Amino acid sequence: MNETSHVSSQFDEDLANLRTHVLQMGGLVETQVSAAIDAYSTGEVSSVKAIVETDRKVNELEKAIDDDCAHLIAKRQPTASDLRLVLGISKIVTDLERAGDEAKKIAKGVRRIYENGHMPVQYGIGVRHIAEAALVMVRQSLDAFARMDSKLAETVIYADRDVDTEFKSIMRQLITHMMEDPRTITTSIDIIWISRAIERIGDHAKNIAEHVIFVVEGRDIRHPGKKGGSAQ
Amino acid sequence: MMPVEKSLQQLVPQISIKNLNFYYGKAIALKNINLEIYKGHVTAFIGPSGCGKSTLLRTINRMYDLYPGQHADGDLIVDGKNILDKGVDTIELRAKVGMVFQKPTPFPMSIYDNIAFGVRMHEKLTRNQMDDRVEWALTKAALWNEVKDKLNAPGTGLSGGQQQRLCIARGVAVKPQVLLLDEPTSALDPISTMRIEELIHELKRDFTIAIVTHNMQQAARVSDYTAYMYLGELVEFGKTDEIFIKPQDKRTEDYITGRMG
Repeated sequence: MNETSHVSSQFDEDLANLRTHVLQMGGLVETQVSAAIDAYSTGEVSSVKAIVETDRKVNELEKAIDDDCAHLIAKRQPTASDLRLVLGISKIVTDLERAGDEAKKIAKGVRRIYENGHMPVQYGIGVRHIAEAALVMVRQSLDAFARMDSKLAETVIYADRDVDTEFKSIMRQLITHMMEDPRTITTSIDIIWISRAIERIGDHAKNIAEHVIFVVEGRDIRHPGKKGGSAQ
Repeated sequence: MMPVEKSLQQLVPQISIKNLNFYYGKAIALKNINLEIYKGHVTAFIGPSGCGKSTLLRTINRMYDLYPGQHADGDLIVDGKNILDKGVDTIELRAKVGMVFQKPTPFPMSIYDNIAFGVRMHEKLTRNQMDDRVEWALTKAALWNEVKDKLNAPGTGLSGGQQQRLCIARGVAVKPQVLLLDEPTSALDPISTMRIEELIHELKRDFTIAIVTHNMQQAARVSDYTAYMYLGELVEFGKTDEIFIKPQDKRTEDYITGRMG
């Protein structure tokens, strides 16, 4: 990442503001995810309202940041690392907003479960575990963006595999529970939705990490396999 | 981004520059330049003022010969010949390598004669052949429709953008291999600029084009290859797409992103 100042200090300021807004939005999404996980563990259904409320702010920020990106492109015609930063930010905010939506889904699922009774103990551990892992991924992807640290971004990408594997194992457990005791089906389905949302949050964090690598190194590492990570 | 066929296409060097140095008296203006300009492609030269890009362009058709005290050494191969050698016929060279300048420079004569003047120096054509050549050159320069009814009007009476296209037509009329454009649009309004850029795109089918421009976006739009020069050195040369998305050299990056103070 190029840290030298532009000749136009206004341009520097515009880019700095853009980055600050992304981190602000990231902070909100992180709070949403973290609060949703807490609600799952503690049964504090009262926080659900706040999570939904935050989602509105996140949506507004997404629109505002995209608008700023469009203005910056029109006014400054950014090139090279500046261009990659603006393109990257526009994609990062999409993933952040979707991660926020998933947090909202978790919160609503938790509310349904607790309103219908209580959380069966045996479901807790596995879900909490991937939830924590996904939250760490979100934090690290945002740290990677803040520091333009592509090494940290790679760590996030690797972590996603573990979350995916654990998600599958939770699915298997839930299927077993449902077969053994059909009375658990309603709750189990809610927990499937919740786990799925957590797994998606991990995916969004991974996408953000990939965007960070593009911004820093100019490598597009999405969808590996066919062509590998080429510059274009 | 680059289609496969295009990247596989054979690149033929039209001009090969090897170990080129250029001096204004004792001051060195170009330091050991090594570069190939590919046939049928547009190569843009960018860099801050005084970096040597215009000097390099002027070397390619030996414009510097007109000024005492300026000289070049190294190899500058055009059409298999080192054009820096003594005894090179510069008139013939400049017919092969045409040039268009920043400010339109029409001759104080009619539109028709502006085109025919250069052609007469190199070829003996009949009146009909000359008419055809003038029409061909003006059509190539996308000016024919605007001037066909006033070919005998003075070239200086045209608008700035038209005058510049007239100069391009004049350059094209002698059927050169290479066209050198030295900031061809810096004195033009945006619409005339777009016309010239469109024209460059058309002309590269028949000619090899080298363009010096201060307008970075113009370099990004019109060229296939970009060379970034700084303090008389060639810092980076590469595909334009790559230079503007991921330049390899920090100095190129700083210049094109507007970070150079």
